[in-house]
Amino acid sequence: MIWGVLQFPGSCDERDALHACELTGGEARLIWHEERSLEGIDAVVVPGGFSYGDYLRAGAIARFSPAMEAVAEFAAAGGPVLGICNGFQVLCEANLLPGALLLNESTRFTCRQVELVADGPESGDIVRFQARRRLSIPVKHGEGRYWAPEEVLDAVEAGGGVAFRYAPGQNPNGSARDIAGVRNEAGNVLGLMPHPEHAVDPMTGSTDGLRVFEAVAGARA
Amino acid sequence: MNAPAASPHRELGLTDSEFELICEKLGREPNGVELAMFSLLWSEHCAYKHSRKLLRRLPTEGARVVMGPGENAGAVDIGAGYAVAFKVESHNHPSAVEPFQGAATGVGGILRDVFALGARPIAVLDSLRFGELDSVRSRHLLDGAVRGIGHYGNSIGVPTVGGEIYFEAPYEHNCLVNAMCVGLARQEEMVRAAAAGVGNAVVLMGASTGRDGIGGASVLASAELGDGDEAKRPTVQIGDPFEESKLLECCLELLGKGLLVSLQDLGAAGLTSSASEMASAGRVGIEIDVARVPLREADMEPFEIMVSESQERMLAVVEPARVDEVIAVCEKWQTGVAEVGAVTDDGIVRVLCEGATVGEMPVAALVDGCPLYDLEPTEPEGWIYGNEDVLAARIEADAGVDADADDPGSILLALLAAPSVASKRWAFEQYDLIVGSRTARRPQSADAAVLAIPESGRAIAVSIDGNGRRVACDPYAGTVEAVLECAQNLACAGAEPLGLTNCLNFGNPEKSTPAWQLDRAVQGLADACEALGVPVVGGNVSLYNEGPEGPIYPTPVVGMVGELPDPGLAAPSAFAAAGDAIALLGPFEPSLAGAELTKLRGELGKGLPQLDVAAVAAACAAVRDAARDGALACAHDVSDGGLACAIAECAIGAGLGCRVDLQHLRERGCSPEEALFGEGPGGFVVSGKREALESLASENVAVLHLGHVGGAAIEIAAGDRSLAIDLADAERAWRSLGERMAFAE
Repeated sequence: MIWGVLQFPGSCDERDALHACELTGGEARLIWHEERSLEGIDAVVVPGGFSYGDYLRAGAIARFSPAMEAVAEFAAAGGPVLGICNGFQVLCEANLLPGALLLNESTRFTCRQVELVADGPESGDIVRFQARRRLSIPVKHGEGRYWAPEEVLDAVEAGGGVAFRYAPGQNPNGSARDIAGVRNEAGNVLGLMPHPEHAVDPMTGSTDGLRVFEAVAGARA
Repeated sequence: MNAPAASPHRELGLTDSEFELICEKLGREPNGVELAMFSLLWSEHCAYKHSRKLLRRLPTEGARVVMGPGENAGAVDIGAGYAVAFKVESHNHPSAVEPFQGAATGVGGILRDVFALGARPIAVLDSLRFGELDSVRSRHLLDGAVRGIGHYGNSIGVPTVGGEIYFEAPYEHNCLVNAMCVGLARQEEMVRAAAAGVGNAVVLMGASTGRDGIGGASVLASAELGDGDEAKRPTVQIGDPFEESKLLECCLELLGKGLLVSLQDLGAAGLTSSASEMASAGRVGIEIDVARVPLREADMEPFEIMVSESQERMLAVVEPARVDEVIAVCEKWQTGVAEVGAVTDDGIVRVLCEGATVGEMPVAALVDGCPLYDLEPTEPEGWIYGNEDVLAARIEADAGVDADADDPGSILLALLAAPSVASKRWAFEQYDLIVGSRTARRPQSADAAVLAIPESGRAIAVSIDGNGRRVACDPYAGTVEAVLECAQNLACAGAEPLGLTNCLNFGNPEKSTPAWQLDRAVQGLADACEALGVPVVGGNVSLYNEGPEGPIYPTPVVGMVGELPDPGLAAPSAFAAAGDAIALLGPFEPSLAGAELTKLRGELGKGLPQLDVAAVAAACAAVRDAARDGALACAHDVSDGGLACAIAECAIGAGLGCRVDLQHLRERGCSPEEALFGEGPGGFVVSGKREALESLASENVAVLHLGHVGGAAIEIAAGDRSLAIDLADAERAWRSLGERMAFAE
């Protein structure tokens, strides 16, 4: 199992993600944003941070990078892709996931441990969680309010596209329908605002994030 | 700012005699470029001309010191070939003018100081001071500063892991924004700032140079604030954390590959100070051709290029054969790079423009030529700051009109809601606390921030402190207390102090009272560090902090770094389990002098009780050892608001009440009110098994059993001032800061 963790100028959490991948099992290596090939990579993580300074709009520039072109092909071929925070924003900008991430309702950056509830049916797709399972994972973002037109939200929900919701009363940013993370129709691309790579060690508060990485590893074709 | 006119030295902040001295050292009158450069390097901010003599009192030696004062930051050995670099610096006046950019670039500057050594920044802490929270200006400044710190630190991927905020009227017109950065380095990759190797290239990296921040060091940092500060806005720099992020990674890659001879950040006074200081430290000369500096605006004058404080720039010395490799790494990180000059052997800083000399000054005159002044300290007669009785009003606001301002339970609630005491969650939730995966203790979960260092198999703890009000009461004792508070915070985390950095925020040193405060505070800092055996490895001085009503509270901000064997050993600051015993450990002798309650009553005056540093040090050692032995379920030092507030904080954090009796403490000769709300150094609230706590007592360490954890109320017996309040009410009061800031929006 070889993980590839994208690294853009302005990425912040790529080393943390690399570490989490290694804890899950297998090798992990950084993929520089100018690399066009993902040859030999079994699963991709698009990490958190402020790719290209988040100039223009969070994730808007990163989606045009050579590495993201490779990720789009990789995803289309069924390869597992996990986008975390800024990585989720990038995947939405790249139309690999539905919806968009807007400025938090509070207008402030918010860093806080939150409870997530795994959504959707137990199945062979990327998130092999028992439905309703709770995970304690931190959020830290200024632009994490999940938004999509009502009809898109209905379709995402109907198609089992909601991967995680914030537990009742814990929505930190005003996300529509408490949605914290979504997956694509094929189930191999997952994006979420909370940071599972920061919940892999009891010393820093929780190990629930490992479940997310394990699920991605398990979704390998 | 126009080019210097015929006799502009006074406008640039130089005295007539300083100007004459410059002429003497040059053997002629300086031209415009030279005068601009001298005016900055001879400013208080760069030359420390009113503080350098005092700072010689500080102990700077220690077995673990890797780099001491004079480098970009201090550094201490943490074993396994690694060092921790750290420094605190102020950005007060820029933040008073424009809080968001002022605070953001303050963080940017201190990060560069740390990665200039080759250390990867792993944590930021902040120490902030504003006027009272009911002032619109204070809320605006607090909001802007917190957003600015978050904007920069969050974007660059360095966690903000701790800090403190105080609200006091004397900061109304002159807020304080001090930022501390901690970095981790492999010792073999560390680099000094001294230029070396005649003929080596001088390379400027990072952002292009513009007109922002021209004259910031002399205009903003070395003069009092006053009317018309809006006109100073062009001297505030604008930060771009993305540029810094790339520059940081680029510099660390360059150092990791051994491509740099030396490295220095561009801070106050820009190229002028970095080039001069590198030349001075290396006892060489430097020449810089301003025509080779990449510019944002094409028509900049040579003097503007030399003094610009554009952010996110670093200056490096590189062997000529390695310049191409350096450029390649910079291009990989999309960061600007230009070879702008060379190291020379003549001890001259020479400024060229397309090869023609436009300025030529001996390094020694620029860097060490500034006269150092003796202060003329005079102790003021009485309390020179204001006093206002707001206790009844605060209690009524918190508890309703029928509240009794003399009821101890109501007083405790008012103290918990006092913004300097209340939870700062509103602020720290706006910071990335966790990036880097080292944060073993988040803010308010332990008395010190605790960071795992898997590279050395150990951990470090960091604390930043400094209660200006208490320093105003007694500059000597108050400063000793600031050092002790840091040491106590580290002890709760099970950490042994390794080194200390400080930022001395004071008023105008040319006036007798601030001069006296500074003199006494530095002596207190020196004596406390000596007594604890903690070396001062770096620091910063910020003078001229005054508003129309006089100087700020004298505010030495102390940052201390310690180490512990395992991050898991840090004791939490909240109670753990119902039934645990609660004890007071240490030589705590509470007094209302300088206390938060005394402030609320408008009864502040000069003087603090004498203190026994050796006894506090013994208590710290006992707590540290007990934490490492796992004997403490909780450890929290007694600080603002006294023992009652400390106990309440332990209870709120756990969601567990408690029942305690302060009778044993009163036997030390204090009144019930002093026992509840009196302040002073040396007190720790600890909880755990009763036998384990009592076994901590020794000849040098007193342990008083207070009571037990449990229930849904905080019950404190203190003779005729006994109190009982619901935990929920205490929590509401303590967590009220966010509501008050939300209301402010």
